[in-house]
Parts: sequence; C-alpha cells; structure tokens
Amino acid sequence: MISDAIEDEEKWLAEGIAGIQHNAFYMHRALDSNNLREALKYSAQLLSELRTSRLSPHKYYDLYMRAFDELRRLEMFFKDEDKHGCSVVDLYELVQHAGNILPRLYLLCTVGSVYIKSKEAPAKDVLKDLVEMCRGVQHPLRGLFLRSYLAQVSRDKLPDIGSEYEGDGDTVNDAVEFVLQNFAEMNKLWVRMQHQGPIMVKDKLEKERNELRDLVGKNLHVLSQIEGVDLEMYKDTVLPRVLEQVVNCKDELAQYYLMDCIIQVFPDEYHLQTLEILLGACPQLQPTVDVKTVLSQLMERLSNYAASSPEVLPEFLHVEAFTKLSSAIGKVIAAQVDMPIVGAITLYVSLLTFTLRVHPDRLDYVDQVLGACVKKLSGKAKLEDSKATKQVVALLSAPLEKYSDIVTALTLSNYPRVMDHLDNGTNKIMAMVIIQSIMKNNTRVSTAEKVEVLFELIKGLIKDLDGTPMHELDEEDFKEEQNSVARLIHMLYNDDPEEMLKIICTVRKHIMTGGSTRLPFTVPPLVFSALQLVRRLQGQDGDVAGEEDPATPKKIFQLLNQTIESLSSVPSPELALRLYLQCAEAANDCDVEPVAYEFFTQAFVLYEEEVADSKAQVTAIHLIIGTLQKMNVFGVENRDTLTHKATGYSAKLLKKPDQCRAVYACSHLFWVDDQDGIKDGERVLLCLKRSLRIANAAQQMANVTRGSSGPVTLFVEILNKYLYFFEKGNPQVTSAAIQGLVELIRTEMQNDTRTTDPASDAFFASTLRYIEFQKQKGGAMGEKYDPIK
Amino acid sequence: MVLVLAIGDLHIPHRAPDLPAKFKSMLVPGKIQHIICTGNLCIKEVHDYLKSLCPSLHITRGEYDEDARYPETKTLTIGQFKLGLCHGHQVVPWGDLDSLAMLQRQLDVDILVSGHTHQFKAYKHEAGVVINPGSATGAYSSITYDVNPSFVLMDIDSLRVVVYVYELIDGEVKVDKIDFKKTATATTHSAH
Repeated sequence: MISDAIEDEEKWLAEGIAGIQHNAFYMHRALDSNNLREALKYSAQLLSELRTSRLSPHKYYDLYMRAFDELRRLEMFFKDEDKHGCSVVDLYELVQHAGNILPRLYLLCTVGSVYIKSKEAPAKDVLKDLVEMCRGVQHPLRGLFLRSYLAQVSRDKLPDIGSEYEGDGDTVNDAVEFVLQNFAEMNKLWVRMQHQGPIMVKDKLEKERNELRDLVGKNLHVLSQIEGVDLEMYKDTVLPRVLEQVVNCKDELAQYYLMDCIIQVFPDEYHLQTLEILLGACPQLQPTVDVKTVLSQLMERLSNYAASSPEVLPEFLHVEAFTKLSSAIGKVIAAQVDMPIVGAITLYVSLLTFTLRVHPDRLDYVDQVLGACVKKLSGKAKLEDSKATKQVVALLSAPLEKYSDIVTALTLSNYPRVMDHLDNGTNKIMAMVIIQSIMKNNTRVSTAEKVEVLFELIKGLIKDLDGTPMHELDEEDFKEEQNSVARLIHMLYNDDPEEMLKIICTVRKHIMTGGSTRLPFTVPPLVFSALQLVRRLQGQDGDVAGEEDPATPKKIFQLLNQTIESLSSVPSPELALRLYLQCAEAANDCDVEPVAYEFFTQAFVLYEEEVADSKAQVTAIHLIIGTLQKMNVFGVENRDTLTHKATGYSAKLLKKPDQCRAVYACSHLFWVDDQDGIKDGERVLLCLKRSLRIANAAQQMANVTRGSSGPVTLFVEILNKYLYFFEKGNPQVTSAAIQGLVELIRTEMQNDTRTTDPASDAFFASTLRYIEFQKQKGGAMGEKYDPIK
Repeated sequence: MVLVLAIGDLHIPHRAPDLPAKFKSMLVPGKIQHIICTGNLCIKEVHDYLKSLCPSLHITRGEYDEDARYPETKTLTIGQFKLGLCHGHQVVPWGDLDSLAMLQRQLDVDILVSGHTHQFKAYKHEAGVVINPGSATGAYSSITYDVNPSFVLMDIDSLRVVVYVYELIDGEVKVDKIDFKKTATATTHSAH
C-alpha cells in the first residue's frame, strides 16, 4: 500500500516537473522576444504547479527549486526595463492580475525584489506589503515555501546598518520587524501542520514537519546576521518577540527546535546577558519538551565560551550566571512534576560541569549543586534506576577529575550526603573511584580529620552496610576492593608524628568495624604504617617538650598489640605471628626489653596453639629463630628462656630433616658475630652435635623403611655449618671434628646400599673445593685449614 | 645477549601501595627475556603484572606471599650460567654472606639471587656470585633502615654477565654496573 503511495507521488512529481518544463520553454521564448504579456502568462502557469497538495515536503522542494530557477531568469528580465518597457511600479500592479493567488504572490515577490533594488520606493514599504500579502496563502506547506521564497529574495535587500537600502525612515528596525513578522507567520503555518487535513500517522507527520523546520529556523539565522542587531536590540526586541512566538504556539516540536536554534544561532555573549529572559521561557514550555537537553546545550555553550575567553569570566559572575541557571533548573524541575529522577539528575550533572569549567574555584557553588541534588533525592528510597545511578556516579566523579587533589572534594559537605543515596553496590563502585583517584594522582591525605571524612565516604568498602548479605559478594571482587583499601592506607601520611599517630588511630577505629573477612587485608598495612612511625620516633631523642600527650613508641606498641590481637577473630595465626615478630624487632631497636619479650611470648603462644600445619611450622620456626638471632635487647634470663623454647620446638618438628635443619639453625642463636657477649662456643657445638644425631637417626630410618640410606645432604649441610663456626673462631669446633665429619660423609657415600644423588654429590664436591680454596689462601686462614684433608 | 630482570620484596599492598612511577615507566613488556623474583609480591595482581612484562616468570616463596604454592628454591639455566633463586628468610642468620654461600654450594649454581633484607648486594665469593636485588618498592624492613627502591637487570652473554642495578634515590633513578666473568672452573669479577 505504502509503495503504491510512493509510486503515485513519483508520478505526480514527474507530472509537475513536466508542467514546469513545458511552461518554461514558452516562457523563455517570450523572454527572448521581450513579450511581457506572454512571459507573465507562462510564468503564472508554471507557478501553478506549485499549487499541488499531493506532494510530501521532500518532493515539493524538488518542484519548488525548479520554479525558483525559472523565477531568477524572470527577475533578470523584469530588471531590464528597456526590454519590456514597463515601469517597475506598473509591473508591480500588473502581476497582481494573475488568476490564482499562489502564482500571483510568487510573481509579486519577484517584482518586489526588483522594486526594492530600483529604490523607487522605500524598502520597508515594499517588504511590509509583501509580508502581509503572503497571508493570503494559509496552506501550511505552500505557505511555508512561499514565505521562504520571500525571505530568500529579500535577504540582501534589508535596510540594515551600512546597507544601501538604509535611509530616512528605513532603518534596521524595519528590517528586524519584517523578519520577525515573516518568522511568526511561518511558525504558525508550521505548527498548523500538526492539525491539518487527513489523519496521518504520527511518525510520518513528525518526519515531514522535521523536514521543514530549517525553513522556519532560517529566519533566526537572518536575524543573527543583521549587523544592526546589537545586544540592546536583541535584548529589547528580538529575543522577547521570538520567545513570545515560541511560548504561545504551544507546540512541542516547534518549541524544542526553536529554543535550540536560538541557542546555537545567536552569540554566547548575548546569551550571557539575556540569561534571565531566556531562562524565564523554560518553565512556560510544554511539559513534554525536553527542556533538560535545551538547558544542557546552553550550559555547554557557555562553558565553552568561558573556556575559550577567560577574560569573560568576571562577566559571568557579574550577571550571576550560576545563580540564574541554578534557579531556572529548580523551577523547571518543580514545574515538571512527572520528570523522572534521571532527568533531574542529568540537569544537575550539566550544571555541575558548567560550574567546574566556569567557576572551578567556587567550591561553594559546587557544594550548592550537590546540595540541590541531595534535596531532590531525599525523602525517597535509595536509587534503583540504573540510568539515574549512572548519572549520580557522573555527578560525583566530576569533582574528582577536576580537582586532582581529592582533598578538595573532601571539603564539599554535600558530597557524602549524595553518596548516601546510592544503593550499596554503586556506593562501593563510587568508593573505588575515589580510591583510584587518590592512587592515580599520588595524593597524600595528611590530617586525621580528612582521613575521617574519607573513610566515611568509602564506608561501603570498610564494613558491611545494612542489607548487604555477605554471600552475594564475588570473592575476586572482594579481594580487589580490600587490597585497594590496603594500598590506600599507605597514602595517609603526615611528617608530624603527633598527627600521624592520630591518623593511625582513626584508620584503626574504622578498620576494626570491618569484621573478620576484612581484617587480614587491612591490619598489615596499618601495622607497617605504625612501625614506620616508631622508627621515625626512634631517631628523636628525649621527651617532646610542650606536648601533653606525645606520641611515643610505647604507646604505639600498645596499639599494635591490640590491633594484631584482633586477627585472632579471623583467625589468622600465621599472619599474626609474623606481625608480632616484626613488632618484636622494632621493640628491640627501641630498647624496650619487656615489650619485645611480650611480643615474642605472643608469637610463641600462637606457634604452640594455632600453627598446626607442619609446613607452616617449619617456616614459622625459622622466622622465630631468624628474629631471635638479631635480638640484642634481652638480658641473659629472658634470652635463655626464649632460645630454650626455640630449640625445643625445633627438635619437635614432625619430619626428621626439618628437625635437623631447624636445630642447626638454632646454633646461630648462641653466636652473634657483630657484638660481644653472645659467643657461646659450647652451646653452638651442642646444637651442631644434636643436629648430627638427628641426621643419623634420619639415615637409619631411611635404611629401615626404604632399604637404602638416604642422601647425605644433611651431613654436608652440617659440615658447612661446622666450617662456618670454625672460621669464626669457635674454639669448640676443631679441625679434628671437621676431619671426622668429612670421613663420615665419605664413608656414607661409598656405602653400597646408597642411592646415588647427584645433588648431594655436587654439594659435597663444592664443599671440598671450598676447603681447598681456603687452604690456598694462605695466611691465618690457610693455616687453620691445613690439617684438613 | 639475554636480559634477566631480578626483582622482589615489593610487599604490595602490605607495606607499599605500588611500584614507583619511574620504575613502572622503565619496565615495559617485550624487552626482557626472563624475570626471576625473590618473593613477597604479595598479591596476585602483582604476579599478573610481572607476567605481563615477560611470560617467563620464576618466583620463590616469600613469607608474606598470598600464593603458598611458590617453591622454596628454584634453579634454572640461562645461557652458560646456572642461576639459583630463594627468598632468603629460610637462611639464618638473615643476610649472612657465608650462610648464603652455603646455599649456593648446595644448589650448585653460578649465580644465587636472594632477597629478604631489602638491601641491594652483589658480590663474588669462592663458589660464585650472590645478588640481592633489594626491594623494588622501597618497602619497610626490620633489618635495613632507609631502604631505597631498587631492582637488578642482568645481561647474560655467553660467559659474561653484566649486572645493572637501578636505584631510586631522592626521586632520581641511578644506575650502576658490575661485570662478572665465568671461567671453566670459577667466576672472576671486575667492578666498575
């Protein structure tokens, strides 16, 4: 059916074109023979093709353009009075005898153009006449094209300032008046299309109307090009008249297009100065008009204007642009009760973008926009609409991007309030955005107060907000979140120890609300942050005078103890053990023996009671031994207790090889190289002998269970340890003992039942090489080693 | 010429938020043939990042590593050199050169790479060369005060290895290099 209609239209168009061509042919003949009468007759017939009602705008345009071309030739003929012998005044009268009104008016406009050019009458009179005469055609499509023709031919003949048509009584006011009138009439015709004739499908109608809109809009263009239209005239005459037309036509399509047109066509400088008038029209528009896009366009243009010409910025403040826009938006939102929440928020996003670009230093403005948003959101349940949520996230992200220093955003009092209205999931996303902004810009947050605000903002990550069941969270995502929080903790820093301690306490307060799932992530960074503070305080000697509650290592150690203790709720004994040992080392460096002892106790208790996995025990005991080996703060008694415990546990490890290694590691507890005092050669030897016994037992076990003795690696390791203490000058470790051990290993290796192990063979070989090397060194070392073969 | 990155003890996120920006801009994918990492990354994100720099990634376990499956020690051969890798918290006393030499003999390697102390070291002893790339993030260490972020790049070319150490000192990256040559039986070195 539709294709039939299109086919028909094609046919009619073809017919129309043929008619035009036919009459044009004769018209040209008449022109060539200077026959005015004939020319008029055929031109009128030609123009009659435009009387059709059967074409869509698109096709009608095609026809119109052909007629237009012909009229140009006719105009040239009219101009040349010698050719046709008729004065322009008479011509003007003559053409009015044409039979039908449409051809009559096209001809009249054409003659009118010549008339004005001849200057035999004031431009304004002719223009006024024409614009009123055109009222005779009330059919929307035909009328629009006719008036469009009028606009086209009159374009260069307006009595503008500096134009040749300006004169007494002919002023730019007249030009403006003419264009405004034409515009008003065209708009009326255009709107009338909505209600015309046969009932058409809404979409088709809208499409057709859209095809014609530029005809109407062109008038605004012309107005903007008129030189004489300065700011004052725009403000007093042009804008009010145009807006009057826009508001009164009460047509959604027209209003939207024309508002947009006004904004695009006239200079930004004018918009800035007429903000109130322009914005005043907005609430008067039809409720279905997409005002927010209009306002967004306006704000965008003004933002760009400000960005490109910074010298204009004071003007923005002078006209109170922000206040006006802000209240206009408020009015629009209030007037359009049915506007969905996403619409309101989009408006605020545009306003915020404007504010950030034009008045970035006015944090009060930024806060105001956020505040208006809060007001809009309050009283309602948390946002569920995902589009609205996206807009809120955009709203909150904008200040972060603009002020790369997060601290600025933290001072906006309404910022957290907006975040409160997000659903839990989005709240967390926003929190991550905030953290990423800090990490990217390498910002330091340097006071406890700001840290407090920050942690309030990201509370969705710090603890369970109401209503979030834990199982919903994806494990990977959860880890990522918590690791981000951990990294964030390192960005919280102040050189001043007092403030730093306050920061640490604030962070601690917050992470303690996180529950057992979060503590393993958040406690370690806090602990190390605190340990770094301890180290800094170490450097400072004596009491800090004048401070009532100075930050001291002791205080921090208390804090650390309580913090690490909380890991028992997880439970995370291995992590806690490591952290206790770190604290013990720090306490050692601060020379506080009881504190260091306490930390060791805690570590041992965890080892005894909580670390059950044998592999974990091996690592843990080596950490304990390694830490203890470096301790120099302990008195004899305490040290003895701890080393006794360490060696005891070493010997009780599950697997014999592990026992062996741990025990010979303990030998180092009794010999510390860089300090006088702990060089107990006897106990070193005792350890080494004990580990040798264990190695032997291991060999025998292997014999029994597997029918062959195991690798000699353990023996070679112990041999190396003997060499170590031998070199250090332990009198108990003699060259004879070493020789004996070497023999033992050689014997073991020659044992028939032994499975060959290239690794331990190579180890032994390189150990022997080392012995040789030392011998070759000569001097004291060489002498020492000489007896060993 | 084979480029090997030796790096470790990043302690992200326990002790440091991230690699220094200047290091990050230097470490680009496609330039390095192997990465050997002493451990204590500590999280998977860091593992993935290192893997993105170079697919041939070798890691040993540090005591804070999230992934418990990394081995305690590792050995690999690159060109003419045998390399050994171990975090170092297992070797008591920590940082003791002679004890590390024993581990080197035990693993039977020309170059031993180990960490834990967060202090860059490169020295030669009878059994070979020991290298400690330090901490790439300058993380807190109970053993070493004033840690500067550092990592090591080894250029292995038949019997010669040039060790470049990159250290971030007061915001500037400083580079130093040391030459080691391997002969049939032992390695000799010359420092620059």
